Amino acid sequence: MSAVSVAGLVVRYGRVTAVDGVSFDAHAGEVLALLGPNGAGKTTTVETLEGYRRPDAGRVSVLGLDPIADHAELTRHVGVMLQQGGVYPGIRAREALRLFAAFYHPDHEDPDELLDRVGLASVASSTWRALSGGEQQRLSLALAVVGRPRVAFLDEPTAGVDPGGRQVVRQVVRDLAGAGTAVVLTTHELEEVERVADRVVIVDRGTVVAAGTPAELTSSGAPVEEIRFGAPAGLDTAVLAVALGAAVEEVTPGEYRVDTAPTPAAVAALTAWLAEHDLSLADLRAGRQTLEDVFLRLTGPDSHPGAR
Amino acid sequence: MSTTAVAAQTRVELALTLRRGESVLLTLGIPVVLLVFFSVVDVLPLPTGVTEAVDFLAPGILALAVMSTAMVSLAIATGFERSYGVLKRLGSTPLGRPALLAAKTLAVLAVEALQVVVLVAVATVLGWRPEGSALVAAGAVLLATVGFAGLGLLMAGTLRGEVTLAAANGLYLVLLLLGGMVFPLDRLPAALEAVARLLPAAALSGALDAALSAPPSVAVGPWAVLATWAVVAPALAAWRFRWE
Ligand SMILES: Nc1ncnc2c1ncn2[C@@H]1O[C@H](COP(=O)(O)OP(=O)(O)OP(=O)(O)O)[C@@H](O)[C@H]1O
Ligand SMILES: [Mg+2]
Repeated sequence: MSAVSVAGLVVRYGRVTAVDGVSFDAHAGEVLALLGPNGAGKTTTVETLEGYRRPDAGRVSVLGLDPIADHAELTRHVGVMLQQGGVYPGIRAREALRLFAAFYHPDHEDPDELLDRVGLASVASSTWRALSGGEQQRLSLALAVVGRPRVAFLDEPTAGVDPGGRQVVRQVVRDLAGAGTAVVLTTHELEEVERVADRVVIVDRGTVVAAGTPAELTSSGAPVEEIRFGAPAGLDTAVLAVALGAAVEEVTPGEYRVDTAPTPAAVAALTAWLAEHDLSLADLRAGRQTLEDVFLRLTGPDSHPGAR
Repeated sequence: MSTTAVAAQTRVELALTLRRGESVLLTLGIPVVLLVFFSVVDVLPLPTGVTEAVDFLAPGILALAVMSTAMVSLAIATGFERSYGVLKRLGSTPLGRPALLAAKTLAVLAVEALQVVVLVAVATVLGWRPEGSALVAAGAVLLATVGFAGLGLLMAGTLRGEVTLAAANGLYLVLLLLGGMVFPLDRLPAALEAVARLLPAAALSGALDAALSAPPSVAVGPWAVLATWAVVAPALAAWRFRWE
């Protein structure tokens, strides 16, 4: 049995269809990322699984139960991190964690140890209002996991969190999955997905446009006939094109795309040319798309020929 | 309902209330100042047959204190909790709604107990000699608390946080003036007095006044009004309350 199952889910707000036939499953011990641009329907999907919204069509189940009908029973086993807010402005960090621990009594994490684990021991007596955005996110995460959930729904756990904080969030998420929890998190940050997710479901405008492991997604589609590299901005692409015998384009300042098969010879020619002109090479990628490429291809403005 | 959860939630509700300066001002500061000021400064009209201001004021100010806590303070706090998503978030914990309500009720009763201790002490210093039955008075306070809390939660559960703040404060002022708390009801124009007697504020000060006089009595009119509000207001709140 899947820990989380979504089949043909449709959710509307009045005349707006926010989720339009989404299906996926998440299993115990795995981290599943719902990846999508703003307004894709990630929060709506997750909040339906949390029992806050009623599906207009389709079926959702969590641990085999119905999020609305069996809500009371599910609360013991489900950890929730809302996209924002949800905490008393005047409550202190440690106080909040102890309060939530009491809700799950006696089976819960040690609040002080958890506070330490999310890097908030030094601000334990600060009120929520006084915490920085990234600290609030980490406290929110701690509140979601203090009850040792079997399923965790984390809505944008790394939004507004600095690199050090992200490391902490990732570690908590990986530990959770390691202990057998099914983790469903949402994000629009690709780097995050590549680092933390076992499986990805890419959603856009309420529908699933791709799903699989990060490796499957990046190796799918046509082989990539290009080389991408980073170098100082403003290179003379015409000259370089002649040297390489292929079209060269500066995609964004300092990032270039060479329209050629990524053969070792082509790469050698490129690096030789750069060396000859005493130019630094900031980045080089041949023949493998990143998740970002996949994401932009599937969800970018060009991906909707009929739209707009 | 887990007692550990209710106890923890009650403790936090109480701590947060006492930590909010404006709520302490509203529930303790203002009643104490009104009680002292109008007992000492002889500007208020007194009801017929009363000679000492404090004898009229003490039951009324106790009623005011109950109203401040059970209605105004509860409404404002709950309204903001709703707009900050706190109620939504609590909804996905095992706490549960009955336990949350129980915790809020216990926290309100604890603050009321503190108010009674402080106000009775101050009134005693000012020369008040309460007679009558503390038990009957406590019964009236409990009944009124249910009605006031219903009104407070009705506002908190239907209006936006800032609107709740304004509405609760507005209602507080109206009920203070029409509540027989600082201004005797029988000095109001007859039509206004008739309306005022149907409101929970005047009913509570009337019931407390009767309970704390010798011999103590259960004032039928005020108790009937309190009982009606205690049924209608929570029912409306339960029906209309939106958690998000
Ligand atoms: N309460 C609401 N009432 C009306 N429309 C809503 C409501 N909540 C969301 N929507 C709409 O539904 C769509 C999906 O919103 P949702 O919040 O699920 O997106 P999301 O993927 O979480 O976006 P983000 O990355 O910005 O958080 C959006 O077009 C949004 O405008
Ligand atoms: Mg969202």
